[in-house]
Amino acid sequence: MALLRSFLMRLISTAITLFGVAVIVFVVIRVVPGNPIAMMLPPGATDADIARLQAQYGFDKSIFQQFLIWLGDVVQGDFGTSISLRQPVSELVLNRLPATLELSIMALTIAVLLGGAMALLGTRYRGTKAEGAVDIGAGMALSIPDFLWGLVLILLFGVLWPIFNISGRISPALNIDFSTNFYLFEAILRLRFDVIGDLLGHMLMPALALAIPLAAIIAQLLKQSLKETMHLDYVTLARTRGYSEHSVIIHEALPNAVLPTLTLVGVQFTFLIGGTVIIERLFSYEGLGNMAIDAVINRDLPLIQGIVILFALLFTLVNLVVDMLYVVLNPRLRHA
Amino acid sequence: MRDARGNRRQPIGLRLWLSGGWLLILACAAIFAPLIAPQDPLAQDLFSGRLPPFWESGTEPGFWLGTDSLGRDVLSRMLYGARLALIVALVAGTLTCIIGASLGLIAGYYRGWPDRIISRFVDIWMAFPPVLFAILLIAVIGTGLTSIILAIVIIDWTRFARVIRAEAMGQGAMDYVASAQVAGRTRFGTMLTEILPNVLPTIVALLTLEMGIAVIVEAILSFVNLSISTDAPTWGGMISEGRTSVHQAWWVLVFPLITLFLTVLSFSQLGEGLKDRFDPVLR
Repeated sequence: MALLRSFLMRLISTAITLFGVAVIVFVVIRVVPGNPIAMMLPPGATDADIARLQAQYGFDKSIFQQFLIWLGDVVQGDFGTSISLRQPVSELVLNRLPATLELSIMALTIAVLLGGAMALLGTRYRGTKAEGAVDIGAGMALSIPDFLWGLVLILLFGVLWPIFNISGRISPALNIDFSTNFYLFEAILRLRFDVIGDLLGHMLMPALALAIPLAAIIAQLLKQSLKETMHLDYVTLARTRGYSEHSVIIHEALPNAVLPTLTLVGVQFTFLIGGTVIIERLFSYEGLGNMAIDAVINRDLPLIQGIVILFALLFTLVNLVVDMLYVVLNPRLRHA
Repeated sequence: MRDARGNRRQPIGLRLWLSGGWLLILACAAIFAPLIAPQDPLAQDLFSGRLPPFWESGTEPGFWLGTDSLGRDVLSRMLYGARLALIVALVAGTLTCIIGASLGLIAGYYRGWPDRIISRFVDIWMAFPPVLFAILLIAVIGTGLTSIILAIVIIDWTRFARVIRAEAMGQGAMDYVASAQVAGRTRFGTMLTEILPNVLPTIVALLTLEMGIAVIVEAILSFVNLSISTDAPTWGGMISEGRTSVHQAWWVLVFPLITLFLTVLSFSQLGEGLKDRFDPVLR
């Protein structure tokens, strides 16, 4: 019962946040600029175009009525038509979403593996030079944002030692007739190993750029909580029973140290998804973020608002899922 | 060195000196750019485009770090680019700090409805991808120095508000605050004389971090051509040009990238170092 109520409270809170997001997007796009119609018009528009757009967006009505109409459309998934691409925004955005999701999940996987390995290494060899190396490495990795790591990777593995692709999502020659936009997922299902290899070769560099700062955070936090767990009685008990240091860390300390890291990874995952905007641009990766920047450059406001709202929805959903996972996994909260 | 929990403590002296030293050099370069820049940063010369740096063959004297595809001097553009980067860092960083820290202090110490409103705004802000939000704001309010600074303040105030709120909440629960209240101090007075000095180390550390972030945001905005005017010398603009011609002229990308890398690293290391030095528990 308590569990249900806590889920319900979080759902309501999420709904309020999303409503706030809608208000902010509306204010930024519709209210702040002097004449939104002028901004939406392509160069060389006629008076008839202006009148048509004005009627379409209901600018003759009060701002409050405009908001309600706009919100009604958005809730139904109707974001209007893209000005630069002349297609429904919802279609365009949903076509690009899989590319960004695949990149983000790949980056998250790399971050968890890399950060986890660093934390375990630092704990196993605590007090030695290896731990110092982990600390300094994590500190450095954390100080530099994904944008700069992306540029460094381009120089190292695109120019100096060109073994990875630094541009695009797939080689044109291997662009088989995909029936979904989840290229990697589909290639795995169809067992096309040449395509899988090519996709991974394109994805690895941008994913690594996104993963490095998060890996550093995971390494620091997990190492800290592992260290605190290693002093607890039950761990000492396991050690006196003759378990090896390796198995004490992995089987006894790790399960109890993971929880605080999990919540943090959730919040940080949204930052990682936010980072795809510039990283996709940097690596010419055909995802949502790259499309967003094009939309801004082309002043395509319907497309921009569609992408911003989709990102916001994604962020709040990730946070909601992490919150709920935390409640489910944490026995203390479960019975509260 | 180890603290009570057995954690390794890094020596803080060297880190502070190195990062502070680099930032000082950068500040001098920015201030004296017109005096030390060997060339006009805007001067184009299509006949001397993509000259390599001085140690390679085929260079011309006076173009120490080579030229870009339009024949503009890389070193001079970097020196002038430092001006914009540091102005944005100082102004945007300080404004963000003042607004965010004030809101965080109020939310954390007063609690109640001010806290609920501020925290709700923080939640809403956290639902936006920061880079996209910045680009969107610039697209709406137009490019230019003021716009960049405004965009950074609007986006990043939550970073201060979140951390300072948590710190102020922790301090507010301490006995010394209660005794200040008993002694007849007003709530507002207590906040300024008791809470603020105790969260100041965190504010200073966050401020230096924020300056590094501001430099990055400016570089990203000029990378997508949304900073100040398009041919003005900016690190991000140079990096953008260098990215497209990286196979023909690596130096156009490498030198501004190293500068940006060292600057961001220095700001964050300075922040960490200052936090360690000012933190009364660690000291």
